[in-house]
Amino acid sequence: MLELKHITYEVDDSSDNREILKDISLTIDGHFVAVTGPNGGGKSTLAKMIAGILMPSSGQILLDGEDITGYPVTERARRGVSYAFQQPVQFKGLTVKDLIAIAAGKKMTVSEICEILSEVGLCAREYVDREMNGSLSGGELKRIEIAMIIARGTKLSIFDEPEAGIDLWSFQSLIRVFEKMRREINGTILIISHQERILDIADKIIVIADGQVRTVGTRAEVLPELLHTAEACPTLTDKI
Amino acid sequence: MDLIQKNLLEQVAGLHEVPEGAYNIRADGEKMGRNTTANIDIVSKTDKDGIDIIIKPGTVNESVHIPVLLSKSGIQESVYNDFFIGEGADVTIVAGCGIHNCGVDTSKHEGIHTFYLEKNARVCYVERHYGEGDGNGANVMNPQTVVHLKEGAHMEMETTQIKGIDSTVRVTKGELAEGASLEIREKIMTHGKQYARTDFSVDMNGRDSRVNLISRSVAKEKSRQEFFSVINGNAACAGHSECDAIIMDEACVTASPQLTANDIDANLIHEAAIGKIAGEQLIKLMTLGLDEKEAEEQIINGFLK
Repeated sequence: MLELKHITYEVDDSSDNREILKDISLTIDGHFVAVTGPNGGGKSTLAKMIAGILMPSSGQILLDGEDITGYPVTERARRGVSYAFQQPVQFKGLTVKDLIAIAAGKKMTVSEICEILSEVGLCAREYVDREMNGSLSGGELKRIEIAMIIARGTKLSIFDEPEAGIDLWSFQSLIRVFEKMRREINGTILIISHQERILDIADKIIVIADGQVRTVGTRAEVLPELLHTAEACPTLTDKI
Repeated sequence: MDLIQKNLLEQVAGLHEVPEGAYNIRADGEKMGRNTTANIDIVSKTDKDGIDIIIKPGTVNESVHIPVLLSKSGIQESVYNDFFIGEGADVTIVAGCGIHNCGVDTSKHEGIHTFYLEKNARVCYVERHYGEGDGNGANVMNPQTVVHLKEGAHMEMETTQIKGIDSTVRVTKGELAEGASLEIREKIMTHGKQYARTDFSVDMNGRDSRVNLISRSVAKEKSRQEFFSVINGNAACAGHSECDAIIMDEACVTASPQLTANDIDANLIHEAAIGKIAGEQLIKLMTLGLDEKEAEEQIINGFLK
């Protein structure tokens, strides 16, 4: 279980201090939790804060009762927090095989790696020795990013807008991957998304806007209101 | 062979013992061992220090190992090795030099290797440089490789210098006839106050000749690296060079490419990138449980792999 207590995050703008997150308190205990809200509302900042990439200006973060607020990224990762980047990071020379083995924290056989890649819908043998670079498409990079999270098998897996920058075809496949993860993965999946189809499979939806928590509830409670609000706008993604 | 020499041999040639097939092991300026085969002859030069390696036309699936070991401090030598590769041959040549310098004098090896590849010959050339020792004497290596490729010949060079060489100037020259191709992959890591310079120059004289040079390097601490490449396209040909360097600490890296097209159908490309390790790469690996030092090591190892 993840608890956020009175989290604030301020940045020094050239002119003044800007508060990105304003006194956020949340308990995340569901299996598949989606965080949504308008662009610039603080969702990604919150995700990075949970992963330890950013540190809060004030407040506390507790993972299974342990205060991890002061722990850097590595310590949080070792305690069971994993984070999938919105834009997967590329490496010269490091292969898919290398990265999945690093994620798993152990030496892995090619067949073990292939098994994980198959879980994210990649024809594994073709990918194990590929470099994690621009020779892979956006959709492929996203899936490999997810494969790393699966290889880690963590308590809390955070995905920052996995749908960003991929085409419709890849998105359909990605949805299937998340549906499968929802069924098979232990631990909590925290996913930041604007996509209705992802929100639709969430057990719990948190709406964050203007650095504050606006709504928390089951998808039955939150989604109808959210979609109703979005009707006023051309697309759901424009609104949320 | 003593333990120091055995270790050097393993570092530069990946050998735990005397190899099979043709070989010439040179240690502290002397011939330590040699073997020839029916298809590969090795002959000592009479006018200067060095050997001729003569490979018969059509020789395939054979290899030659020619490691050089310097285990005494202060040895300085220039060695001239010429390789004559017969038409249609396809062989692997493993060279390399290891220096163990526990004294205060400079140990220096200058290896001048000249390759003559006949029509449609193919060579995979692997060269590794390594230095060690706890003395104050410098380890210096200045390899020079000159490549003459006849019609349809192909040469792949893989050169590695990862550790222990205080100063190196690597010169590679090539001339390519019609349909010939040259592929070079260079890996260098320097640290401390080490200096490494690469001078690469190739003339593509024949139609459909190709050259591809990929240099990846890491400069740490106060080390300096310089990369100079000159590619001349004198016919309808394709040339590509890529210099990619990671700079760390107070190191300094220079990349200076030069492309000259003397033919309207010469297609020449150069790419150069110098930069520190991207912060997001470190953070990504840290989210996978590595600390910053481990992450840095993984990134460098991958980059130089």
